[in-house]
Amino acid sequence: MLSVYRYIGRRVTLVALLFGCLLGCEQATAPADTPELVVYTARKEHLIKPLFDQFTTETGIPIQYITDKAGPLLARLQAEGENTPADILMTVDAGNLWQAAQRQVLQPIDSAVLGENVPVQLTDPDKQWFALTIRARTVVYSTERIEAGQLSSYEDLADPRWRGRLCLRTSKKVYNQSLVATMIAALGEPETEAVVTGWVANLALQPFANDTMVMEAIVAGQCDVGIVNTYYYGRLLKQKPALPLALFWPNQQGQGPAGRGVHINVSGAGITRYSKHPAEARQLLEWLSQPEAQTRLMDLNLEYPVNPAVTLSPPLQALGPFKADTVNISEAGRLQAAAVKLMDRAGYR
Amino acid sequence: MASYSLSTTSKLADDRRISQRLRWLLIIAGLLTVLMVLVPILIVAFSWSSDQTEVWQHLMATQLSTLLRNTLVLSLGVGIGVTVLGVSLAWLTVMYEFPGRQWLDWALMLPMAMPAYVLAFTVLGLFDFSGPLQQGLKAYWGEQFALLDIRGEGTVITVLILVFYPYVYMLSRSAFLSQGSDVMEAARVLGARSSGAFFRIALPMARPAIAAGTALAVMETLADFGTVAVFNYDTFTTAIYKSWFGLFNLPAAAQLASLLLLFVALALFAEKRSRGVQRYTQHRGRLFRQSLSWPKAWLVSAFCGLVLLLAFIAPLIQLILWALADGLEAIDQRYLHLLWRTLSLGGLAALITVLLALLIAFSRRAVRPAWRGVYDITSLGYALPGSVLAVGVVLSFASIDRQLLVPLFAALGMEPRQLLVGSLFALLAAYWVRFLAVANGPVESGMQRINTSIPEAARSMGVGGWALMWRIYLPILRPGLLTAAILVFVDVMKEMPATLLLRPFGWDTLAVRIYEMTSEGEWQRAALPALTLVLAGLIPVALAVRQSSKR
Repeated sequence: MLSVYRYIGRRVTLVALLFGCLLGCEQATAPADTPELVVYTARKEHLIKPLFDQFTTETGIPIQYITDKAGPLLARLQAEGENTPADILMTVDAGNLWQAAQRQVLQPIDSAVLGENVPVQLTDPDKQWFALTIRARTVVYSTERIEAGQLSSYEDLADPRWRGRLCLRTSKKVYNQSLVATMIAALGEPETEAVVTGWVANLALQPFANDTMVMEAIVAGQCDVGIVNTYYYGRLLKQKPALPLALFWPNQQGQGPAGRGVHINVSGAGITRYSKHPAEARQLLEWLSQPEAQTRLMDLNLEYPVNPAVTLSPPLQALGPFKADTVNISEAGRLQAAAVKLMDRAGYR
Repeated sequence: MASYSLSTTSKLADDRRISQRLRWLLIIAGLLTVLMVLVPILIVAFSWSSDQTEVWQHLMATQLSTLLRNTLVLSLGVGIGVTVLGVSLAWLTVMYEFPGRQWLDWALMLPMAMPAYVLAFTVLGLFDFSGPLQQGLKAYWGEQFALLDIRGEGTVITVLILVFYPYVYMLSRSAFLSQGSDVMEAARVLGARSSGAFFRIALPMARPAIAAGTALAVMETLADFGTVAVFNYDTFTTAIYKSWFGLFNLPAAAQLASLLLLFVALALFAEKRSRGVQRYTQHRGRLFRQSLSWPKAWLVSAFCGLVLLLAFIAPLIQLILWALADGLEAIDQRYLHLLWRTLSLGGLAALITVLLALLIAFSRRAVRPAWRGVYDITSLGYALPGSVLAVGVVLSFASIDRQLLVPLFAALGMEPRQLLVGSLFALLAAYWVRFLAVANGPVESGMQRINTSIPEAARSMGVGGWALMWRIYLPILRPGLLTAAILVFVDVMKEMPATLLLRPFGWDTLAVRIYEMTSEGEWQRAALPALTLVLAGLIPVALAVRQSSKR
C-alpha cells in the first residue's frame, strides 16, 4: 500500500515541477542586467513595432510590449501598482490618456526635447503625457450627390435638410465620444445635445461598427455624408482610388465656436509612475517625437505628425491644409463621461 | 464511495483506510479548485461595496430596458435555435441513412472551429449592401433593386446559432448514439408513432446532454461582445463595456457583470431542479439506421448541406478570397511562431482544464449529495464577459503578488518583483476559470454512465485506489474526457480578451493578431490569421471526429 502513496507522491512532484517550469522558464527569458523597456500599448502592433525595432537597433535598448485596449491595460497597471513591469503606457485617444493621468499611474516628464517637439495643446497640462500623432476627424461626402459648397460644419449636419442622408459610426467608439466632448467644451451641453439629437434624426441607417463601413455605405448610395478619421479615408482610397468620395474640413469659417476648426484627437504616451527605467523611457518618447520617427509614424498609418518641423507626405498634402481646433486635448477626457451620457440621452447608439 | 461489506481480510481493511484518505484528499483538492474559480468571480462581486447610483440612474433612464429586452430576445432566440437545429441534425444523422450522411455526420461539427466574431464579419462582408451578393443583384437588375441593410436582430441571432449549434449537436449526437435504436424499436413495437417515440422517449433520455449544450451556447451568447459589436446590436454586455470604457467606471461595469452572473446561476439552478433526481444510467445500444426514401432522403441531405454551407463553407471561401487579395507575404517566421503559440496554449489549457474537471467530478462523488451543488460554481466563469474575467484574474493575482510574493522575495534577499501577473500561469488560470464549464459537461455525463455497481464489483475483487482509477474509470471516461479536451482546446484558441490582457510578453496568438486588424476595421487583413485559426481548429475537431467514429 505504501506504493500507492509513493505513486501519488511522484505524480504530485511531476505536476509541481511542470508548473514550476512554466513559471521559471518564463522568468528566465528576461535577463536582469540590461535595462529593458516594457510598453503597454493600445496602439496596434503593426503600427508601432517597426519603430520599436528601429529604436532597439539604434540604442541597443530592447523593448517588450503587450497590446490591448486602453481600458484593460489601465486596469492592469492600476492593479499592479508599484510592482508593475511597465515603463510606458501608450494609448490612442486623448480621453484614455487623461484618464491614466487622473488615476495617477503616470509621472510628470521633464524634457526640453518633448516640450519643443510637441505643441502645448497636445500635451497634458501637468506634462504627464505627450501626443505622438494627430488624427483629424472630419466630414466625408459623396462627390456624385453633393457639392463641397453644401457643407459647412459638424453642427450643420443636424439640419433637417440632411434627413435620411447621414451615416455615423457608433457612439461606443471613443473617437465620437471625444468629438462630442470637445463640442461640449465649445458649445455647452444643451446646444451639443440639440446637435446630436439632430444627427440621430438625420441618420439614414443605424450607426456602423467602424469608419470604413460608413464610407462604404456612402459609396453604395445608402447615404450622402458622414464623419470619419482621415486615415481610414486614406487607407480605403489606397485600395480603391476611383471611389467617388472626398473629405471636407468643417468649421473653418466664422467667428467663435462655429470657426473653431476640425476636431483633432491624438495617440500619445506617458511614463508610468513606478517605472524602473524612467531615463530610458524618456529617451524612447523623445526619440519618437523627432522628425525621423515622426515621418515613419506618418507613413505607417497616414496620421498627422505632432512635430511641426516634419514635412507632410504627398498623400497627406493632397488632403489640403486645415485649421485645427485649438482646445487643449485633455478636455476630451474631462468631458468624456458627460459626452457618453449625452449621446445615450439623444438615442445615439 | 465507500460502501462495501466484505472486510474479512486485512488487505481489504487496508484498502478501506486508503480510500477514506483518498476521499478526503479528493474533497480537499476539489474544494480548492472551486475556490480558485471563485476568487476572481468574487472580486468582481465585491464591486458592490462602492456606490454607483449615478451610473445606474443614467442607465435606467436611458438604455437599460432596451438592453434587457435585446438580451432576452437574443438568448431566447439563440437558445431555441441551437436546440432545434442541433438536436434535429443529430437525430437525422444518427437515426437515418441519406446521401452524404457519412461525411455530413462529422462535417457538421466543423463550424465549431469558426470564431463567432469571424463569422460575423464574413457574413457582413458577403451579404451586406456593399458585399458581392447585393452588388451582383444590383448589377443584374439595375437601379430598381433596393439595397438592404442586413444588420438586424435576425442576422445577429442567425450568426450566433450557426456558430454555437455544434455544442448541442456534438453532445446530443453522442447521447443518441449511446441510446441506440433498440429503445425506439421497442416503442414502435408497443404502438407508438415514431414522432411520439422521439418526443416521449429519445428526447427525455438525451435531456442532460441537450441541456448542457444549450447552456453553453446561451452562456457564450450572454458573455459575447465581439459579435454583437460588429452588428452594433446593444446587449447587456454593451452596458458593461460602456460603463467601463466610456464612463471610466470599472466598479459599475463589475456590478453589471455580477448581475449577469447571478442570472446565469439562477437559470442553471432552475434547470437542474426541474430535472429532479432522475438518474440517467445509460447502456450502449445497437444501432440500425433507417433508410429514407427518395424525396425525403434528398430533402434531409439538402437541409444538412445548407447548414454546413452557411455556417462553414461560404465564410471559409470568403476568408480565402480576402486572404489571397491581401497577399500572403505576412506568412513569415513570426507567423509560424504565432501558430505554434496558439496550438500550445490550447493544448496546455485543455490538459489542465480537463484534469481539473476530472478532479471536480470525483470530488463531487466524495461528498454528501446535498453538498454537490457547490461544484456547479465552477461553471459560472463561462458567462462572464472575457475582459471582466481577465481583470478579475489580474486583481486576484496582483494582490497575491503584492501581499505575499514581493515581501517574500525581499525577505529572502532577492530582487522584489511580481511573479504571477504576466506569467503563463495567470493566463492558464484565466482559461480554466473560463472554460471549466465546457469540460464539466462531457466529463460529468461520462461519470453518470458509471453505474455504482461497477466500482463495487472491482473492489470486491481487490482492485482499489489508483488501480481502480487506471483500469476501470479512465477507460470508461475516455470518450467524455476527449470531448471535453477538444471543446476546451478549440475555445481557448478562439479566446481573445483574456489572452490580450494576460499573455506573457511575446506570447501572441492568432486571436491576438485578428484583434490587431479587426479593431481598426481592417477585416480583409484579418482574413489570413482568421483562416489559419479556423484551419488550426480543424485539428482538434478532426480528432473528435475520429474518436466518435470509433464508438
